Amino acid sequence: MGTTDGPAAGKAPDGLGPVLEARGISKRFPGVLALDRVSLALRPGEVHALVGENGAGKSTLIKVFTGVHRPDEGELRYRGEPASFATPLDAQRSGISTIYQEVNLVPMMSVARNLMLGREPRNRFGVIDAARMNAEAERVLAGYGVETDVRRPLRTLGIGAQQMVALARAVSIDAKVVIMDEPTSSLEPREVATLFGVIRRLREQDIAVIYVSHRLEELYQVCDRVTVLRDGRLAHTGDIHELERIQLISLMLGRDVGEVRSGGLTRFSRDRGRAVTAEPVVEARGLKRRHVLQDVSVSVRPGEVVGLGGLLGAGRSETAKAIIGALPLDSGQVIVAGSPLRRRTTAGAIKAGISLLPEDRKAEGIIPTLSVRENIALAALPALARAGVVSDARIDQVVDTFMKRLRIKASSPHQKVSELSGGNQQKVLLARWLAMQPKVLILDEPTRGIDVGAKAEVQALIDELAEAGLGVLLISSDLEELVEGSDRILVLRDGAVVGELSGDEVTEERIMASIAEHSSTNPEEADAHG
Amino acid sequence: MAEATTAPSGPPGRLDRARVFIWLQEYGVYAAVLALLAFNVLFTPHFLDAANFRTQLVQVAPIVIVSLGMALVIGTQGIDLSVGSVMALAAAVVVLYLGYGAWPAILMALLAGAVVGAAGGSLVAYVGVQPIVATLALLVGVRGIANVLVPQLKEFRNPDLIALGSGSLLGLPLVVIIAAALTVVVTFLVRRTTFGRQVVAIGGNRAASELSGLPVKRVLLTVYVISGVLAAIAGVLATARLQASDPTSLGQFIELSAITAVVVGGTPLTGGRIRVLSTVMGALLMQLLSATLIKHNLPQSWTQMVQAGIILAAVYATRERGTR
Repeated sequence: MGTTDGPAAGKAPDGLGPVLEARGISKRFPGVLALDRVSLALRPGEVHALVGENGAGKSTLIKVFTGVHRPDEGELRYRGEPASFATPLDAQRSGISTIYQEVNLVPMMSVARNLMLGREPRNRFGVIDAARMNAEAERVLAGYGVETDVRRPLRTLGIGAQQMVALARAVSIDAKVVIMDEPTSSLEPREVATLFGVIRRLREQDIAVIYVSHRLEELYQVCDRVTVLRDGRLAHTGDIHELERIQLISLMLGRDVGEVRSGGLTRFSRDRGRAVTAEPVVEARGLKRRHVLQDVSVSVRPGEVVGLGGLLGAGRSETAKAIIGALPLDSGQVIVAGSPLRRRTTAGAIKAGISLLPEDRKAEGIIPTLSVRENIALAALPALARAGVVSDARIDQVVDTFMKRLRIKASSPHQKVSELSGGNQQKVLLARWLAMQPKVLILDEPTRGIDVGAKAEVQALIDELAEAGLGVLLISSDLEELVEGSDRILVLRDGAVVGELSGDEVTEERIMASIAEHSSTNPEEADAHG
Repeated sequence: MAEATTAPSGPPGRLDRARVFIWLQEYGVYAAVLALLAFNVLFTPHFLDAANFRTQLVQVAPIVIVSLGMALVIGTQGIDLSVGSVMALAAAVVVLYLGYGAWPAILMALLAGAVVGAAGGSLVAYVGVQPIVATLALLVGVRGIANVLVPQLKEFRNPDLIALGSGSLLGLPLVVIIAAALTVVVTFLVRRTTFGRQVVAIGGNRAASELSGLPVKRVLLTVYVISGVLAAIAGVLATARLQASDPTSLGQFIELSAITAVVVGGTPLTGGRIRVLSTVMGALLMQLLSATLIKHNLPQSWTQMVQAGIILAAVYATRERGTR
């Protein structure tokens, strides 16, 4: 490689060559190719954005960089030499520090101890010199905008301040590369501004930063270059300022700007955009939760499919959870068929007629130890029992009906649900909710991770349910599915509704344009970033 | 995708091993009990004598009763260490109220068990304390309360209570009949009631249960209350048999016997599955084992080592295949 011999030659082994480099890295997990020949070169002193939707391979790549995973193929180079980190500690010692969303320090120890852990100043008896340690810690932290009594336990600090301590520690132990995974997700605007100041300082010290975030505003403010991953492959690498927002979004979502789709690839066939005049069957007003939802209002009418568009982290799943009562809110109201839900509990919302098919099938959906039959009957159990004693006949009837109607493939109703394919597990969950005869069905990524056949069946079912008068709130990262399935689409960004599309406006281009729109609707945010 | 090449079908014989595993998971504990019975019939003199049989069953009855509650708690991914101390508390309360007659006294003892269970259950369900910590605190504290109530061994002469401990019906000890009846009740509860199915679902996936609208907290609380009441029943029966209240040592370490019975019975500590009858078999297996070794003049230390082996074998057989 051609490196320029200059005054900087003595500083880094490779002059201006990359400090950390992945060359054709592949990583395979049972059943998935998480990374497929991905390359990324990180230059000293650059802030490099790493973006991609769910399952793009971001976290796998980071774990390869930090020694958690070993690549199956390809080469990792660090400071110009082939590198192989046996453990995360190994990578950390070599100078690659990671700041996670959740701070990984010792919460019970003092701020100063955390900062100086392992290299505390000692007096001549070899005992830790607390006064000197505290003074030193105070001096260092002041540079990071953290002004606090450093003798306090770390956990008494706000998350933002804790992150600064973690960052200060990372930098002070001679990091060459700092990886930040969604660092601003729980920060106040003021803290974000401080963080950006610190990042700029890192850049001056020739420290490279990998910055993972879903917030486009931030990427454009603080990053120099960007790498986009999609489905485990490299989609793009380049200067972020040469890329328009809409181009970046289309790269992340895998849709071409201006590409005209003829449609028909999904199984949606219903006549959409019919004038639905009925009163909303469910209406959410002004849902707010700090750091998560700014102000979201959604309404769904009977027979209507309302899509929620937006990037990962925009607040789509959180909106769904808020409506079902599983996400505590600072304020907001959910109204079902005209009457507001008084106590915001999941049980209450379900009783009122709302059902949620959650995003994470494994963690929040199936009960893996139970059979198909029991999983289907779970939510409806009280209705299928007499005086608390379950009625086998009634359960069998419901289970039989839905296994046939949804064509669930299982050796018998008594097969363990964990043995089914993803698509059939998803159908089991749909059956669980349809057995409740809901008024509104919230579907969070209903076709993610299921095979093509099952996907088409689920899509056809959504049509059929809407046709039958059910209100559907559809969340999908698959733009095509969203566009072809929805009558109306609300676009979310950073926890706020930034656009509403209906009729002919329901197109992939309009959704992407909505996400990309520059004008920030949140004055607080504009102020903080300004 | 290039996945086809990476999916090996596994060496032959693998499937057979998996089958053996499943069979062992389901029926291993029954087979072990039968094998041990057969061994005793053949090699242990007087084993089939009615007197010997009675003794074994009467001894194991309190453990069985406590294990039933423990199985429910473990099914929710929890654990209840307080059961031994609840037995002691029940023993203390029952003699204190014996002046009002046997039945009111027993009722008070069961109520005391329910209160301790509610305390532990509230800590776990509503405050979010880890079950092992919450019930450990109760293990220590409740034993203390019992000792304050009845500082030293206290004998009693109430004929009703004594009859409960040593009486028989149709040739079977009352204590054994009660344990059997409770086994039937808990089996019914787990298999046939909404509550039982919800207990299992919550143990299998709490987040999913919450999103499915199950009353997760209430169910958790109830499970600990049931465990407390069952432990109190065991405490009353043991006291009735002893014809004396002994809060200092009654029920000590029974939580370990109960956990052993549940584990040997094949209920996974990771929750989501409750095997009631197998739990009873687990308790019987441990009892038979120690009786057998004693009858053959082997020292107690042998029993302990063999029991350890059985526990490890049970855990090995119960562990979910494919996970580590």
